[in-house]
Amino acid sequence: MSPSVRFLILAACALATAGAALAMPSVGLGPRQPTNWSAITTFIFFVGATLWMTRLATVRSRSSADLYSPGGGISGFQNGLAIAGDYMSAASFLGISGLVFVSGFDGLIFSVGWLVGWPVITFLMAERLRNLGKFTFADVAAYRFAQRPVRTFAAVGSLVVVLFYLTAQMVGAGQLVKILFGLEYAYAVIMVGIVMMMYVLLGGMTSTTWVMINKAVFLLAGTTLMALAVMFHVGFNPEALFARASDLHVLKDALMAPGGLIKDPVSAISVGMALMFGTAGLPHILMRFFTVANAREARKSVAWATLWIGYFYVLTFIIGFGAIVSLIGNPGPYFVGGKVAGGLQGGANMAAVHLASALGGDLFLGFISAVAFTTILAVVAGLTLSGASAVSHDLYATVWRKGNVRASDERRVSKLTAFSLGVVAVILGIVFEHENVAFLVMLAFSIACSANFPVLFMAVLWKDCTTRGATVGGFLGLATAVVLTLLSPVVWESALHNPVGSAPFPYASPAIVSMPLAFVAIWLLSLLDRSPQAARERLLFQDQLIRSETGIGHVALRPHQ
Amino acid sequence: MQKQAASCGHIRENPRFLALVRKRNRFAFFLAALIVMAYFSYILVLAFSPKWLALPLFDGMATNTGVLFGLAIIVLTVVLTAIYVRRANREFDAETTEIRRQALK
Repeated sequence: MSPSVRFLILAACALATAGAALAMPSVGLGPRQPTNWSAITTFIFFVGATLWMTRLATVRSRSSADLYSPGGGISGFQNGLAIAGDYMSAASFLGISGLVFVSGFDGLIFSVGWLVGWPVITFLMAERLRNLGKFTFADVAAYRFAQRPVRTFAAVGSLVVVLFYLTAQMVGAGQLVKILFGLEYAYAVIMVGIVMMMYVLLGGMTSTTWVMINKAVFLLAGTTLMALAVMFHVGFNPEALFARASDLHVLKDALMAPGGLIKDPVSAISVGMALMFGTAGLPHILMRFFTVANAREARKSVAWATLWIGYFYVLTFIIGFGAIVSLIGNPGPYFVGGKVAGGLQGGANMAAVHLASALGGDLFLGFISAVAFTTILAVVAGLTLSGASAVSHDLYATVWRKGNVRASDERRVSKLTAFSLGVVAVILGIVFEHENVAFLVMLAFSIACSANFPVLFMAVLWKDCTTRGATVGGFLGLATAVVLTLLSPVVWESALHNPVGSAPFPYASPAIVSMPLAFVAIWLLSLLDRSPQAARERLLFQDQLIRSETGIGHVALRPHQ
Repeated sequence: MQKQAASCGHIRENPRFLALVRKRNRFAFFLAALIVMAYFSYILVLAFSPKWLALPLFDGMATNTGVLFGLAIIVLTVVLTAIYVRRANREFDAETTEIRRQALK
């Protein structure tokens, strides 16, 4: 499909959503916003502009990539922005500012936790991943092991993480479209699901890197503008911002103290582990290390990403407090019934969106909504791509067809997976309507740090790891994390409507149980593995070490040999 | 493949390679341990003595030790990353290139 045709289809999708949204009759209960024409016009303009720029960038990158370096033509700086773009999802933007808006200080725990995983990746993983990997993180995890069991595990682990992550994005996007277009939530989520699927199936995949770079720049610019406006109102004095927020907020002085969201020690440690170590198990982030030319560029890109992400999280914290000051200070237009007690229109996830309207009127509201929406589209494209390649490349082509597969079949499986992921994500998005999106993403991190991360870490860094240990240990961690999540309050009580306090696993995250369990299982089962295959795998560690440290043997290095 | 297998053999016995791996790993694990300890000291205070994080920096201030601690960890993250990248770009890369050149000769 030519790029211009693809662009026209995407533009048509955006217009179709807007049109359908306006034509939709208002049914059911719940607060709806009146249709806001100037905001919608700005929204469509900016979403269209982003897609247009993405198209231009894709065309340019194709020619320059061909000219300079076949494969891996993305520089460290560019890839750093792309990684940041993948990571700074709408869930972080809407979710952390929403958490701060409700619980104050506890939002900072998420900001800090989501950043501190990055240096661990920089120091221990990024360069090795680049030297060992090709398409999915399974290439790395299965480097010296039996391909079929390890790839099966990696694909299942990827899919579960991607699904939780997608659900959070759906909830964010659904609420955004709900307030902007005045739609019922369920219709909004379905509509968003359709646009997302068309975007991914028709063109989002080929240009994902450039989508990410564009949206990272847009998001950083938009949030910088918002934070500057917030700080301008308090004379660039953070103390004044915090003091004013504590005065206005119902929590009063407790706003600045921990405990609003995470109430017991076990949950605090568990969430802390998930936030820090989950990053190193996210399939769509790990894929980003394979697009650069060498280990040096991989290292540079993760360093740039750390800088941008750290900056962004400081901004979301300021934006959350800005929302408290601006919105509670003038509750009329933003709260249900015009009263703070009625709750924020569209839920607390929309704090940043309402703040945009309070700071800059309809035009800024449209702009920030467009930034959030393109962010969601791009992150969903990245997530879906990694889920789809886990199924088509790892499960279908390698495990099931044992490598004898036509490219067209692999592509068909990949599209089918993308479609199924979209359908399931819409359903889950409706089920989790009332959850904070940052909290939902944290659950995806809990699973990533209990399944993908231990297997990857041990396979790359521990010489005695074996296929049996990695596969069984990994599946054990994955199953424990999923089961405990289902039994925890957010699913058991909020989503399944059991009485409050009845959740069999009463903590916020399963990581404190499932992550150590996975590590111990991998360690113990590998040690006990006395098979001849295990002995061969231990010997292969030397070769893996040499390649992971020097890059010798990696495809992209062949021309120089 | 033949040539690669041979070059792997070269490297395996190359003392410079082993020294580099040991040096780089020691440095990387040391920095990783620093950030893990900084972050989990924050999380453990949060878990067992959250009131320490709610202490005002000065009497009557809304800004408290928890906010300062959190921002300090964000800054530490960026600083440690910069330190690692600087040393890796200058020192480790040069040695890796040299080792690879010898091995592929």
